[in-house]
Amino acid sequence: MLLGRLRGLMFAWHTTRRKLSSSQPGAASPFGSWRCEGCGGDLAWEPFLWLREAKVGFSHSQITRLYSRFTSLDKGENGTLSREDFQRIPELAINPLGDRIINAFFPEGEDQVNFRGFMRTLAHFRPIEDNEKSKDQNGPEPLNSRSNKLHFAFRLYDLDKDDKISRDELLQVLRMMVGVNISDEQLGSIADRTIQEADQDGDSAISFAEFVKVLEKVDVEQKMSIRFLH
Amino acid sequence: SQGIIERDETPMEKEIARLHRVDFEFSDIFYFCRKGFEAIVEDEVTQRFSSEELVSWNLLTRTNVNFHYISLRLTVVWVIGVVVRYCFLLPLRFTLAAIGITSMIVGTTMVGQLPNSSVKNYLSEVVHLTCSRILVRALSGTIHYHNKENKPQKGGICVANHTSPIDAIILTNDGCYAMVGQVHGGLMGVIQRATVKACPHVWFERSEVKDRHLVTKRLREHVADKSKLPILIFPEGTCINNTSVMMFKKGSFEIGGTIYPVAIKYDPQFGDAFWNSSKYNIVSYLLRIMTSWAIVCNVWYMPPMVRKEGEDAVQFANRVRSAIAHQGGLTELPWDGGLKRAKVKDTFKEEQQKNYSKMLVRKGSIG
Repeated sequence: MLLGRLRGLMFAWHTTRRKLSSSQPGAASPFGSWRCEGCGGDLAWEPFLWLREAKVGFSHSQITRLYSRFTSLDKGENGTLSREDFQRIPELAINPLGDRIINAFFPEGEDQVNFRGFMRTLAHFRPIEDNEKSKDQNGPEPLNSRSNKLHFAFRLYDLDKDDKISRDELLQVLRMMVGVNISDEQLGSIADRTIQEADQDGDSAISFAEFVKVLEKVDVEQKMSIRFLH
Repeated sequence: SQGIIERDETPMEKEIARLHRVDFEFSDIFYFCRKGFEAIVEDEVTQRFSSEELVSWNLLTRTNVNFHYISLRLTVVWVIGVVVRYCFLLPLRFTLAAIGITSMIVGTTMVGQLPNSSVKNYLSEVVHLTCSRILVRALSGTIHYHNKENKPQKGGICVANHTSPIDAIILTNDGCYAMVGQVHGGLMGVIQRATVKACPHVWFERSEVKDRHLVTKRLREHVADKSKLPILIFPEGTCINNTSVMMFKKGSFEIGGTIYPVAIKYDPQFGDAFWNSSKYNIVSYLLRIMTSWAIVCNVWYMPPMVRKEGEDAVQFANRVRSAIAHQGGLTELPWDGGLKRAKVKDTFKEEQQKNYSKMLVRKGSIG
């Protein structure tokens, strides 16, 4: 506790010294005054630098709030979240697809996600703003484009990550969503019918292109977006 | 304080509306997906187990989660504040607290030597009230009591929302109650043993706490005796951060007797009274409290309530909880405060699965 206070005090002293002794061009921006290239800086503020560069698209205040949310979930206080940290959220634990959603945060084979990864995944759910729709396409596609949102949903179904949704995978996800309330046969026929309708190349599996085709009339932008305030 | 996101409260049925007359569509997962992410960004429950965020800073770094440097002047003011709080207020408060606790132990032990009589009860009341007032001063507490005509009477049960261990002192500042709790060791145990001689508090051994029937029986006996002081119970079972009232455990409402609800609301501008027991132990909590500016709170006594005909304990508990939440300006949550430490029950997930299954088979060509 006192250490935190000391840290805050040292931080304030440090930035005062910098302000008084130099005239850095970046000092005007809110992030510029936190950065310290000379002495290695405070590692806790490192994620903000990356976010500014990667253009994840969140505003300054949104990033700050999401960072405090991240730290409040991080019970181990080691700068990363584990699966248990997510499962501690009751509303997520009772979500039938909770485990699949949690899985989406963790890259292949990893058990920890840092703030960078957290924001990357959350960025998929940013609403598409009007001024972004008309931007030219020479940069990388933003994470919250319609195509990337659909890709995210596709990955929720595609359990083995082979870029195809097989009948078994669909059955498993359906089973997660309905629990014990529907019999195997009924569920099987639902899965069969769904695949039959969407499958165009006859391989009894849904590829990403077929997935996009099935959902072309759905308002993905609205359904897969969270309304962030300010 | 404002939230991070604006939640979409459309129910599942409307959200998963059918484009065609089929049972399952790939887009069905969008609903669960979005709900899941909304919960990750901001959920109703876990935020209640950490201190409330303030809109404007009150010069305590502990309450500013997004602490960052603003200006030199502000930092200087803050440093002065730290010096005042730690070097001036803290020693004074600590001395007062020591005086208060010592006089409580000595006073109640002395009163406890007397034989049971009305004189003893009167003296016990005087000792408890005086020591309680010293302790409240030790925390620089400013308490406003409202509706004193509804103060809990003898033979009743007083229930209140729980934010911190000092809730008990806040209430005993204005009246005498019989405390209910577990026997502790150390200084707390000494206080408990001393006070129970003067006044019939109900302290349970650790082993007895597990036996719910024993607990209910002892409390019932206490309540049945109309000459005994009202019992003080916090039905949430754990400390919540004073922005909401969580589920009341039904045990207290099965005892019978009249319930006197009390709403306690702290003013967060002067100091954060919430005890985050997973983050701070009691000693560092008390240190934080004693180095805040002050503890300012409002206490509302509410009209007594009894269980209605045909109402079971759970419904009664919810009714009392609504009343307390409404009076104190807190939100109501149906979630269990025990979720601070325990996992949520699977039955909630099963309910969601059931609802979704109903949608699948209802409109489909199957079944």
